[in-house]
Amino acid sequence: MEPLNKSIQTTITEKLNQAFSPEHLEVTNESYMHNVPEGSESHFKVLIVADAFAGQTLIARHRQINKVLDDELHHGIHALALHAMTMEEWFARGSSPDSPECMGGGK
Amino acid sequence: MTGVLERIDEQVKNNRVMIYMKGTPQFPQCGFSGRTVEALKQIGKEFAYCNVLADPEIFENLPRYADWPTFPQVYIDGELIGGCDITLELFEKGELKKMIDKATEA
Repeated sequence: MEPLNKSIQTTITEKLNQAFSPEHLEVTNESYMHNVPEGSESHFKVLIVADAFAGQTLIARHRQINKVLDDELHHGIHALALHAMTMEEWFARGSSPDSPECMGGGK
Repeated sequence: MTGVLERIDEQVKNNRVMIYMKGTPQFPQCGFSGRTVEALKQIGKEFAYCNVLADPEIFENLPRYADWPTFPQVYIDGELIGGCDITLELFEKGELKKMIDKATEA
């Protein structure tokens, strides 16, 4: 049995680790940037660096990740900023881009 | 609900560049939509938009049209190219302009 109180952040991290064995993974809860109650788990940013993405288009990478996080996307989180790259691309880039400010239209 | 999927299909096929977003290009209501539409504006070619907050039927059904769970969504030549992160990455690399130029010159 999974503990009932496991955070969405932990679940996302575990699922992505399991699916892609990433070299580097950062799952950031950015909900505080949005119009949601304190402590919410609604908006996340993921930086995932895995050689598994080599030779794949961006949309193919995102589709795989969306599939792994299907439950969370449908029953919990509202926004997922996704930066999926290979080691080579990560070194070239240095960091993931900052997520935008909320503009109030979300629910 | 086949009606709405057909409506979406017509929109993405009848417009070379189409964005589904929260709010309008003038008044985006979500930061991700705002950034994405800004990239399209900077490219300067004509594009169509649909404000999903004003069209609940599309809001509910677009995610299953292209099996893509989030907004915004950008379509070029009837094909989903991605959401905010992909569109911006393609924009920064100069690839988005190439894709749009190609789609709009045909």
